[in-house]
Amino acid sequence: MKNTNILIVGVGGQGTLLTSRVLGSLASKMGYDVKVSEVHGMAQRGGSVVTHVRFGDRVFSPLIEEGRADILLAFEKMEALRWVHYLKEDGMLIVNDQAIDPMPVITGAARYPDDILNQLVNEIPNVFIINAQEIAKEIGNLRVANSVLMGVLAQYMSIEKKEWEEILSSIVPPKTVDDNLKAFNIGYNTRIEYEEGAVNI
Amino acid sequence: MKKLMLGNQAVARGAYEAGVAVATAYPGTPSTEITEFIAKYDEIYAEWSPNEKVALEVAIGASLAGGRAIVSMKHVGLNVAADPLFTMSYAGVNGGLVIVVADDPGMHSSQNEQDSRLYARSAHVPMLEPSDSQEAKDYVKLAFELSESYDTPVIVRLTTRVAHSQSMVELAEPQPITLKDYEKNPKKHVMMPAMAKARHILVEQRMKKLIHDSCQFEINKVEEGDPSIGIIASGIVYQYAKEVLPEASFLKLGMVHPLPKDLILDFASKVDKLYVLEELEPVIEEQIKSWGVEVIGKELFSVQGEYSANMIEIAIKGSGVDIEKKKALPNRPPVLCPGCPHRAVFYNLKKLKLTAMGDIGCYTLGALSPLEGIDACICMGASIGMAHGFEKARGRDFSKKVVGVIGDSTFIHSGIGGLIDIVYNKGVATILILDNSITAMTGHQDNPATGYTIKGEMVPALDLVALVKATGIHNVRVIDPFNLKESEVAIREEIERDEPSVIIFKRPCALLDKSQASPLKINREKCTNCGFCLKLGCPAIQKKDSGMVINEALCNGCKLCTQVCRFNALEGVDY
Repeated sequence: MKNTNILIVGVGGQGTLLTSRVLGSLASKMGYDVKVSEVHGMAQRGGSVVTHVRFGDRVFSPLIEEGRADILLAFEKMEALRWVHYLKEDGMLIVNDQAIDPMPVITGAARYPDDILNQLVNEIPNVFIINAQEIAKEIGNLRVANSVLMGVLAQYMSIEKKEWEEILSSIVPPKTVDDNLKAFNIGYNTRIEYEEGAVNI
Repeated sequence: MKKLMLGNQAVARGAYEAGVAVATAYPGTPSTEITEFIAKYDEIYAEWSPNEKVALEVAIGASLAGGRAIVSMKHVGLNVAADPLFTMSYAGVNGGLVIVVADDPGMHSSQNEQDSRLYARSAHVPMLEPSDSQEAKDYVKLAFELSESYDTPVIVRLTTRVAHSQSMVELAEPQPITLKDYEKNPKKHVMMPAMAKARHILVEQRMKKLIHDSCQFEINKVEEGDPSIGIIASGIVYQYAKEVLPEASFLKLGMVHPLPKDLILDFASKVDKLYVLEELEPVIEEQIKSWGVEVIGKELFSVQGEYSANMIEIAIKGSGVDIEKKKALPNRPPVLCPGCPHRAVFYNLKKLKLTAMGDIGCYTLGALSPLEGIDACICMGASIGMAHGFEKARGRDFSKKVVGVIGDSTFIHSGIGGLIDIVYNKGVATILILDNSITAMTGHQDNPATGYTIKGEMVPALDLVALVKATGIHNVRVIDPFNLKESEVAIREEIERDEPSVIIFKRPCALLDKSQASPLKINREKCTNCGFCLKLGCPAIQKKDSGMVINEALCNGCKLCTQVCRFNALEGVDY
């Protein structure tokens, strides 16, 4: 099969690394050749982080090139805009409707763009917007937001749902398994609510 | 059995399968996880050493004693360990000795992008370079065999993309840890002029033999393809090139020093156009050119930063993905975490308008806006010597406005020598040791001052106050940096003092304390939106059009901001 390329972006500390590792483990369990490129060290301290997951019959480079990602999963919306040129023409963008101000915005040296979601929807044919933070808040645990996003991602992957649930249960702290599975399922069962270009956010 | 493994994890597995007895390291991105993974094998003795020089020396001792030893570090760590490296090349080994060095092209988490292959050349030590996790494991095992059969230390070079990428690895059974006999052999092991002269001859013979033998090594392999394009590549760049030029002829080098000359000459003669693809310095290209072979390299690529598949496709095929221009967006630089104890110190340094010589660690981030508390940062341990040098050049009046700022682990690594120098040479500098009780930036490794080993065993913690006093410094105090007022007064007093002094700002890394306090609230009636709290550069405090807000998901309830607000508008919530 042709290689599948999934780019996961966000802000250091949001759980992008964990998500890419889950995805990598699942793909290897299915017998694919897998490469996952991670970010460690300084950039993890609240900086812009990106991880690459590639799988298929034979993967050479661990990195996805510009214009070649099948799916871009963005944990933060400005990061979605920053990395969107990595998406291929008919690629799928999943974006968490959350804004985390970077330091230049906090100090007033720059302004956080205010029409990001509209820009993305106008530019990309396939956009899935979800507010994982809000869902996590309703569940009562802010830390399960990335399980919501994993649930959305799982909708677009040919990996069985129970495989996701199994691995998710094995890696999160035992006390939070129920919350995480709940979050995953909400993400998995949420559908795109709007038609192409017709969004008004 | 196949397993998905990080490159660094695969290096650790290779060490385990090779029957390594001793593993040492000082943490440094992107090499840190190697020794963390090795420490999980109960059979292997593993340690965090205080610095890379000590780490290599411990490994040398283990090797001479007859055990296989591995030492891991980042590229700049090899500078620190270079002294023992160059001479160990002469002495050779008993048990195999492998040095793993992780370069960081693109400087993801480093202060320069030096190329460790030049060390292999100048120390006359063979160097292997894997291109994925499977090779990382295999090459480490091979490196031990080569080390013992050619009587030489062997360097395994990684780059960030190999060290920090996961790929599939076929596991093998470990071989048991065995010890070779130890025999006293001063002609081989005591490197003084007479003995070293004799050993140097053997070193050159060894390298000549390797140039010859490596033409037959399986890790240097020709992959025949379209003869119009011939690619010589190693490491991660080989993978990038295979991605976009699968039809080309390849000579993949698993050994990057010494080069298999005859193999390269033969390959060059069979292709129309020969390219050398190598990140950073033109190490391979210049050697090939010196043999009179026409080869294309750096005229198409930069010595700065990383290569990519797309970059190679554009340079060689003239085609590639048409990249839409990147959007101009606010940058998102890394920041000190909410609750970070360093923030408090830099707030005071800026307030007092001090000139601060900085050092390597999370606290280097104190240089960024809005804290802007650091004037210079060069390498591990340098802050102390630099503060002393400032004083000696500009005199005492100026030096009352100069401090050195260094972390606990970095102070132990190589800061202590600078402090001894200050006392010995009648300096009066004030040094601030930011003791957050961990090696934080690299991901929370223990160090001699934490009281725990890499295996989690409790040991007596290095007493930093006693150590500082032992250098001859009488003025040492320990202060909680979150007491902003007391900290400010202490800094003022110590910089005025006509004697050298040390303030240890002690408070654990915010990420060590898992008990999250409740996020703060802003009292709207009291808040005047003056924005003074923004001077702390805390990512949890933001100014919106509606006024100041606390990001509840980020705030860890440290309450530092309550000390800078003049209107008492920031309130802790007690439950």
